[in-house]
Amino acid sequence: MKNYVSGFRARARAGTVASLLLGGAMGLGLSAQIVIAEEAQNGGTLNFVVAGEAPSKDGHREQTYALIHPYAPFYSLLIRVNPEDPQSSDFVCDLCVGGIPEPTNGGKTYTFKVKEGVTFHDGQPMTAQDVKASYDKIIFPPEGVPSSRKTFFNMVESVEAPDDTTIVFNLKFASGAFMPALATPFNWIYSKKDLEEHGYDWHKDNVNGTGPFKFVEHQPGAFVDGAKNENYHHEGQPHLDGFRAIIARDMAVRIQAIRGDRAAIEFRGFPPQARDDLVKALGDKIMVQESDWNCVLLYTPNHERKPFDDPRVRRALSLAVDRWGGSEYLSRIAIVKTVGGVVFPGHPLAATDAELEQLAGYGRDIEASRAQARALLEEAGVTDLTIDYNNRGVDQPYKVVGTWLIDQWAQIGLKTEQQVRPSPQFYAVLRNSGEFDVSVDFNCQSVVNPIADVTKFLGSAGNNYANYEDQALEDLYTELARAPTFDEQRTIMRKYERIALDEQAHLGVTLWWYKINPHRSYVKGWKIAPSHYLNQQLDNVWLDKSLM
Amino acid sequence: MYQYVLKRLLLMIPTLIGAALLVFFLLRMLPGDVCEVRLAGTGLYVSQEEIDLCRADLGLDDSLHEQFVDFVGGYFTGDLGRSMWTGQPVVHEIQVRFKLSMQLAIMATLVAVIIALPLGILSAVKQDTWIDYGVRAFSIAGIAMPSFWLGIMIILGLLIVTQAWFGSGWMPPINYVSPFEDPIGNLAQLIWPAVATGYRYSAVATRMTRSAMLEVLREDYVRTARAKGLIERVVINRHALKNAMLPVVTIIAIEFAFLMGGLVVTEQVFNLNGIGKLFVDSVGNQDFALTQHLVMLVVVIFLLTNLVVDVLYAWLDPRIRYS
Amino acid sequence: MATPQALIDTTDLDEFRKPLGRRLWDLARKQPLGTAGAFVVVLMAVAAATAGIITPFDPERASLQHMLTPPGGQFLMGTDEFGRDILTRVLYGARTALFIGLVSAFVGATAGLVIGVASAYFGGLFDLIVQRIVDIFLAFPLIIMALAVVATLGPGVENVIIAIIVPFIPQCARVVRSSALSIREIPYVDAARALGYSHTRIILRHMAPNVMAPFLIMLTYFVGQAILLEAVLSYLGMGVQDPTPAWGLMLKGAAVEFIESAPWLSIFPGLAITLAVFGFNLFGDALRDLLDPKLRSR
Repeated sequence: MKNYVSGFRARARAGTVASLLLGGAMGLGLSAQIVIAEEAQNGGTLNFVVAGEAPSKDGHREQTYALIHPYAPFYSLLIRVNPEDPQSSDFVCDLCVGGIPEPTNGGKTYTFKVKEGVTFHDGQPMTAQDVKASYDKIIFPPEGVPSSRKTFFNMVESVEAPDDTTIVFNLKFASGAFMPALATPFNWIYSKKDLEEHGYDWHKDNVNGTGPFKFVEHQPGAFVDGAKNENYHHEGQPHLDGFRAIIARDMAVRIQAIRGDRAAIEFRGFPPQARDDLVKALGDKIMVQESDWNCVLLYTPNHERKPFDDPRVRRALSLAVDRWGGSEYLSRIAIVKTVGGVVFPGHPLAATDAELEQLAGYGRDIEASRAQARALLEEAGVTDLTIDYNNRGVDQPYKVVGTWLIDQWAQIGLKTEQQVRPSPQFYAVLRNSGEFDVSVDFNCQSVVNPIADVTKFLGSAGNNYANYEDQALEDLYTELARAPTFDEQRTIMRKYERIALDEQAHLGVTLWWYKINPHRSYVKGWKIAPSHYLNQQLDNVWLDKSLM
Repeated sequence: MYQYVLKRLLLMIPTLIGAALLVFFLLRMLPGDVCEVRLAGTGLYVSQEEIDLCRADLGLDDSLHEQFVDFVGGYFTGDLGRSMWTGQPVVHEIQVRFKLSMQLAIMATLVAVIIALPLGILSAVKQDTWIDYGVRAFSIAGIAMPSFWLGIMIILGLLIVTQAWFGSGWMPPINYVSPFEDPIGNLAQLIWPAVATGYRYSAVATRMTRSAMLEVLREDYVRTARAKGLIERVVINRHALKNAMLPVVTIIAIEFAFLMGGLVVTEQVFNLNGIGKLFVDSVGNQDFALTQHLVMLVVVIFLLTNLVVDVLYAWLDPRIRYS
Repeated sequence: MATPQALIDTTDLDEFRKPLGRRLWDLARKQPLGTAGAFVVVLMAVAAATAGIITPFDPERASLQHMLTPPGGQFLMGTDEFGRDILTRVLYGARTALFIGLVSAFVGATAGLVIGVASAYFGGLFDLIVQRIVDIFLAFPLIIMALAVVATLGPGVENVIIAIIVPFIPQCARVVRSSALSIREIPYVDAARALGYSHTRIILRHMAPNVMAPFLIMLTYFVGQAILLEAVLSYLGMGVQDPTPAWGLMLKGAAVEFIESAPWLSIFPGLAITLAVFGFNLFGDALRDLLDPKLRSR
């Protein structure tokens, strides 16, 4: 089942293509080729800013990019997204050799050859036994050992290492979600010896990987330092002597850090206005990379609260939102931009613009949509409604989009009382107390894998907080997951999308995020991925000293 | 004297117990917990099972009195536990940041003194002239300006000025270096927040200097000194200033006690890895373990500074010793 | 010491024969800073009261086609990232600031007054306990208190006010107590006690009026402090929330992120806060000079 999941490329749609823009000469397609043709220089330390402090150093248990950005460079994965072309979802070998294997046994057995001669930073050799131990910890953790992505591997029967260079994954059933799960950037390969000798908690505080950089120091709240691993298993890499990940929670501070050259790059994403400011102030000293982002900002109507149990009211909410207009304006000030449905817009399974326009709230004639919304509200007997809107106290993009949404709903006569809460209280309301009419929510995944990502819209999903049951949608999803061909999947996906966003309007998609990474022009080799979790090992990154 | 100190120390005990109870229950009243922020806060899928595991691991499911005993017991066993966010020992988390905040507090106090003393004296000597009014307006403006805003304006100013003069924008370093390793780098980072905070704290000290000077200038021995024909500068420096210092020193010390809390916003603006930023971060992460010890640290610093000030005062001015 | 006599302004009778304008002018000459402060306070009150008349714009409605317009033309202070007129939001922000400032200052200072006087009046164990509680609150970091209040009660202007009142009460109580302690020993309080008046009556009718001077001074400072605190809380994300026009809130997010290209977003609200707090502080200083006889001669 060589399927579409590996092998798609970002659709060439104006504005959504990942592009390399040179600050001084914006939009010159040539520049990208020039960059590739350059020969990598060795040396130098890369300073970058990261928005938070990692909760622990253990990738298998954590969920945040605040861990990925400073610590991914210390580790290797079995397979990874291609660092030379992270926009594609072609996976390539990291610790395996001989390319990505085709499954055998009716798609149920995957056999990888593991690279020989690789050593951990402490000098132990790395073998297939270490890979098995790591995946066993991720997929079948002993009781009481946390593993955040265990459920991604519900198709895996067993992991075997018949010899030191072979690793075999036996699946219960063939699944297109297996390879993306395997390539998840948190699946760091730990040493079996470390796990056996020090136990499963050791990696919370300690680092021992096979990655391009060796852990040097973590100064709490301040930075994480890494130094070049001279014995790295990819020939000629890494190029950098080391890196420093500087912790800076405030977005304004991170922007200023790049402005004042205290840091060269930030890997999450800046608002467009900040990009324009940096380009204006620094000219060709700044280079900008942009990409669609595998994160979507949603609003969740609470189906247990009246009148949001009424699909007419939920449709009215969606109809009021001018997505095309919002895209134009919000994309100047917020990290959102792309109009899309339930599927990541860069993926072939995503609806085309023409298909989107058929959905409630995606029409080009916003006045007509709003008239329809008012009629629906009237029909549902809703007058003088004040929405209790739960929002997260983070500016980008939640509060910015929240302010916009309130204004959109005001245009069909709905009042909104916004309750902005700090993250812990926000989640307490969203996940536990359910004391909201409508709440902001988002879905943000790493490896692009629509079949897995769209579970967000299932009432039964653990991360769906709208409190509904919709058997039709559940059945459709089962059908989707088993559909053998791309065309069938695409057809089912459209039905799924129509129920989730239009007929029932269970959740509202506002806009998909848009990743903008302005960085110092001397940073070379790093290529933007559709997720801030991907392509962060930094082994192919180098500094152009002539530009420093 | 010893009795006085002892009594003051004993009076601190109920205050500390009260503060511990207050912070403990205030934090537990907050909805939400650290595990949800940690595992669900990034938009990735998370199962309830993982959140339950995390809660059990951090002891959040323990009964309230067990948690309270863990918290307060730490002060007797010397084990303050670990941060619920990073898993690092609380003592270690606080230690690395304390140096920076302490240095910043001292620098800010120095800035405050450098501004306050000359301006306060000038203001007193030129009482009720436009110079006096100007000084007072300047110092009140210091209290009136939100220090985070002043910080933002300083950063903006630096960027604009350096861009205009040197062709490339300069901003203060965002990594702390010890003043013993790299004094210039250290100063380049900390001087700006010290000015932003110090200016604010100079206001009260300026006012105190002014009124203390006014009082002293009217005393007999100053009149005598003047009558002797000493030049004004000598009168002020040698006679008046020395005697006006006591209340000024007191007010500066009291302000210092407030500084630890006052640095919260400044550290945020300049991305300084100090106690104040740790505070905001740990509150934002719902990291109870770290937050409650930080609160206690701030309370203890406050109480001790006040005690030292009072004792010094009593020692210097015997009239109040027994009151 | 604030004795009762000191409260009666012994201005020469001649003063009263002068026309009002002349008297104000004299006062302004004597207290130029206080007058300036009063002027700012009045200006702010007028702005708050007439915001709806002065400006044609809506402070909350987004107008996306005008986003981030520099100052000039129809937008004197420019617009923010949602195209809302900054001047309009500054004017309406004066309303929010004054409301928060006056309510929290008044409630905080009054509660502090009662507690402070009662503590001084009863003395003994009661005083000791109250003072320890005051100690706890004085030493307790405000941000934790504010967060706890806002997080448990939910965000919103009323809860921000509560969060600000909490630290005011002990501050005022401490100051009032020390003034009240001296009054307690004055013969007429003894006399009132001998006459068998109730404690409440003695505290409210006989003692409280005599600590009005420190009370009024604290009250004025508190208004300024409350405005400042609201700004700080909003900046830390725990204060007033969008879309309510509030100065502290206007300094968050885009105001700092886009500071280089759109400095007007941060400059004008920051100046508004500074000016307002400046006004109340100058006013408070002048009030202190007038009311506190010990300092009057200076």
